[in-house]
Amino acid sequence: MSDDVVAAVAQAHRREWAQVLATTVRECGDLSLAEECAQSAFERALTVWPASGVPARPGAWLTQVARNLARDELRRRAAFRQRLPLLVTSAVAPGVDAGLDDDRLRLIFTCCHPALAREAQAALTLRLVCGLSTAEVARAFLVSEPTMAARLTRAKKKIATARIPYRSPAPEDLGARVGVVLEVVQLIFTTGHSAPDGPDLLRHDLLDRALDLGRLLHLLMPGDPDVGAQLALMLLVSARSAARVDGAGRLLLLSEQDRSLWDADAIAQGVALLVASLRRSPAPGRFALQAAIAAVHAEAPSWTATDWGEVVRLYDLLLAGWPSPVVALNRAVALGMRDGPSAGLAALEPLSCSPALAAYPYLSAARADFLCQAGRWVDAAMAYEEALALTSNEVERRFLLERLSSVRS
Amino acid sequence: MAKYMLLIFGDAAAWETLTPAERQALEAAHADFRAAAGPRLRGGEELESPSVATTLRARVDGELLLTDGPFLETKEGLGGFYLLEAGDLDEVVKLAGMLPEVRAGHSGVEIRPVVDHG
Repeated sequence: MSDDVVAAVAQAHRREWAQVLATTVRECGDLSLAEECAQSAFERALTVWPASGVPARPGAWLTQVARNLARDELRRRAAFRQRLPLLVTSAVAPGVDAGLDDDRLRLIFTCCHPALAREAQAALTLRLVCGLSTAEVARAFLVSEPTMAARLTRAKKKIATARIPYRSPAPEDLGARVGVVLEVVQLIFTTGHSAPDGPDLLRHDLLDRALDLGRLLHLLMPGDPDVGAQLALMLLVSARSAARVDGAGRLLLLSEQDRSLWDADAIAQGVALLVASLRRSPAPGRFALQAAIAAVHAEAPSWTATDWGEVVRLYDLLLAGWPSPVVALNRAVALGMRDGPSAGLAALEPLSCSPALAAYPYLSAARADFLCQAGRWVDAAMAYEEALALTSNEVERRFLLERLSSVRS
Repeated sequence: MAKYMLLIFGDAAAWETLTPAERQALEAAHADFRAAAGPRLRGGEELESPSVATTLRARVDGELLLTDGPFLETKEGLGGFYLLEAGDLDEVVKLAGMLPEVRAGHSGVEIRPVVDHG
């Protein structure tokens, strides 16, 4: 088989999977059947396209094949008087914004329905919207393939038996429902950005899938300020990917990164999206504030020349609206950068009592950094040891070990 | 259309110590819920406290064994139920969100699809 065809199928899979599956679900009303048929359509492309050539509109070809397969199967089932598919309501519900009348959005909103657990939402989104195999989804969340297969099956069964509708939400629910979708995309992104275990700090496959999802959402809901802000956040954070780990696989802090390696195009795109989002929404949301913080870093010429006053101000807003121990930690670090290590240590102090941060290596690492800056080497070494005991990511461990040996000498 | 059971769980002690005014507000909210559900409502009752429940099992030899108390000995028990008929889960969630037990703090509403034997 020619490499061209394989590449064309791979590209179509990446670009068209969601559309092929989403259209087939609407037509046949059965999520699992549509999934099988979409899978078969791509397999068929691998055998048919080498002879026929790649069709001018691969997505339309694949959708047609998947729909035909689904129709045949439904006919066969009807003939055997098997139970009819359970999935419901494919029609546009009254009141749904016409702009949301898109099969891919229906699919995304169904996968991210609030009646499903967050981990099920993320797994379903990767499997059904991004088209990852069950094995790939299992790897993303560091569980075995049978465990993930069971999780996916259970989630699909709940969609069918509890009759989670296959449709975009009504206007009054849209904000909350988009919020859930963005949480899921953000979860996929952060899972890729900082793998909790294992040899690699970054999981580019997951980062790319999260960015694909963000771009698709932005394409389908261009006027939604939160969608734009979340995409901006992902672009601004992932723009630093190439500079985050050095040639030896060592983790580099923002302060140590070679800023010339940052992706200037991604930063420009992110900033433009953020500006557009802020213009649309008078009260910036969580993602807009986080993106704004990332933008301050992205536009700073160096770590020391960062506008720390602005970073602290943005963290204050974030903490007021969305209090979390991790945000409080980041705010304390920024405060220390603005006002010096003893101010930073004082700001970190109350956080060490937070049970949520008790096992969080970054708290100890941040304390260690400020202790270093204050010249308190013995205390710093102890804090690095504490952080080491709490982290299981190999790249981060190596980084902490290096810091530890440098403060000991 | 599909049927859903709404199971209202909560702290029986909290229900038993409602003031008459609170009780009246609770019943008014249920009346609003029933009015909103209209013909979709297929049944529903408030249950006596779990403390007066009797649980029936059989021993290995087949002899009936009665236990004083609910099947699950938990602080929160089943306080009542509704049977609804609706098109999909979103419709049920919208209606069930009107139930005062959703916001009372000690209680909540579990939505269970009913098996369709049709």
